[in-house]
Amino acid sequence: MALARVLGFGLALHFKMLSRSPFDLFVVVASPLIFATLAYFLFEDSTGSSLLVAALASGVMGIWSSTTAQGAGALQTQRRLGVLELLVAAPVPFWAVLLPISVAISGIGIYSLAVGLVYVRVFYGVAIAVHSWLALVVAVPATIGSIGCLGFLFASALVRYRSAFMIGNVFEWPIWMICGLLIPVSVLPGWLQPVSWLFAPTWGMRALRGATLGTGSPWTDIGVCFVLAAAYLLAGTVCLRLFLHRARADATLALT
Amino acid sequence: MSNLRVLTIGGLISYRALFGWLNPAAYTLTILIPSLTQLAFFVFLGRAAHVENDAFFVAGNALVAAATPSLFGMAQAVAGERYTQTLALLVVSPASRVALFVGRALPAIANGIVVSIWTFFIAGLLFGISVPAAAVAPLGLTIAVTAFSCVGLGLFNAALGLRWRETAVVGNVLLYVLLLFAGVNVPLDRLPGWLSTAAQGLPITHGANAARQLVGGASFTHVAPLIAAEALVGAVYTLIGLTAIGLFELEARRGATLEVA
Repeated sequence: MALARVLGFGLALHFKMLSRSPFDLFVVVASPLIFATLAYFLFEDSTGSSLLVAALASGVMGIWSSTTAQGAGALQTQRRLGVLELLVAAPVPFWAVLLPISVAISGIGIYSLAVGLVYVRVFYGVAIAVHSWLALVVAVPATIGSIGCLGFLFASALVRYRSAFMIGNVFEWPIWMICGLLIPVSVLPGWLQPVSWLFAPTWGMRALRGATLGTGSPWTDIGVCFVLAAAYLLAGTVCLRLFLHRARADATLALT
Repeated sequence: MSNLRVLTIGGLISYRALFGWLNPAAYTLTILIPSLTQLAFFVFLGRAAHVENDAFFVAGNALVAAATPSLFGMAQAVAGERYTQTLALLVVSPASRVALFVGRALPAIANGIVVSIWTFFIAGLLFGISVPAAAVAPLGLTIAVTAFSCVGLGLFNAALGLRWRETAVVGNVLLYVLLLFAGVNVPLDRLPGWLSTAAQGLPITHGANAARQLVGGASFTHVAPLIAAEALVGAVYTLIGLTAIGLFELEARRGATLEVA
């Protein structure tokens, strides 16, 4: 129960804090505006449904953007605020402190999805026709949660590096490119497709597209999101245990 | 002589501090790799949309690579001082503001040129874009002039930093405007007429056009007017930026709002 309270309270607290940050809000609001506009001008023959998918894709891009901009460096933020040692020394398992932060960072991507859909509806008159609302309602948190868990893995693996956020930023454009968001995987080199399967945005986008257009099997994609999330959590927890132990043993937690 | 010292030594120290040169990995991770991945994204997006060829996106985005360090680097010239609590000291110093900020702009221009050439070269290898031998020197000039015009816009971003703390937000807005409307990724004839006209006043628009024509085999004399137009745009933004810095500094001193901006 105490653990659930830590997770729930942490998620709510960090979601509220991020929702008041101009930079973080900009990151998630700008992505759909920019990339949906780009899709509109580039894909001139685009139909309503393709613009709708572009809005969803740019929403996922916003979620990923937030994750890379803040997620990988989540621990650096705590270090900068001077509370990292206190959090590590707290009796609560440290993964339970970090996970809500990571999921909240991805969670503000919900604004991105909302802005994307409202934008194409209002400015381009795209009808928000959803094939399965139930699948969409499940796919959204599955996408956000699995991407949040990927952010948790990044943050855990990079806990010892001050420049973690820079490393996170390196992944922004490549994931946008290979995960079948705005760019169909058919135009990419074939070897990139198996690589994209390792990343949650691929399956989240497939689930959102399937739930909206009725293509593919969104429930399978949602299932893969959950499996990947579990894998990221497991790997992240192991990384966190190893690296934190090392940092504490070497007394380099604050000095890394 | 004092102004020259502020301009050269001050600018160099400021720029070295920007990236924390004790760790060169920071430069690679924040500048060199993202410039290439961003370019690759737009090349593949262009292929998916069947709009223009790879050379169109490589040339445009290699020039945008110069804009990223220019916009954010110049903004950091103010934000960094605020972060280290030296902005007030900077403002009360008797140093010439032109020397101070142009000094910080010069390394940004040099950096923009380096990043742009790096991006052009590597992307050329990756996507099979070759530059005719006769076009190398004019292309170098185009890159240099475009880097200058981007820094001009960066100076304006630095000025906004005196009024608003969130320089990264403004920098991103400006960068997105360039990506969308400067003819880099969306051909100008696909934009609404008024937007296409407005794009003529943006940095990179003319430079990207010149670079594409040079890659396509055009001569220097053919693209010289475009390069001149890019230089003019850069000069106007530099003037606007320096004027805005002066005005906003005056306003901040008058209202004692330097640290609360």
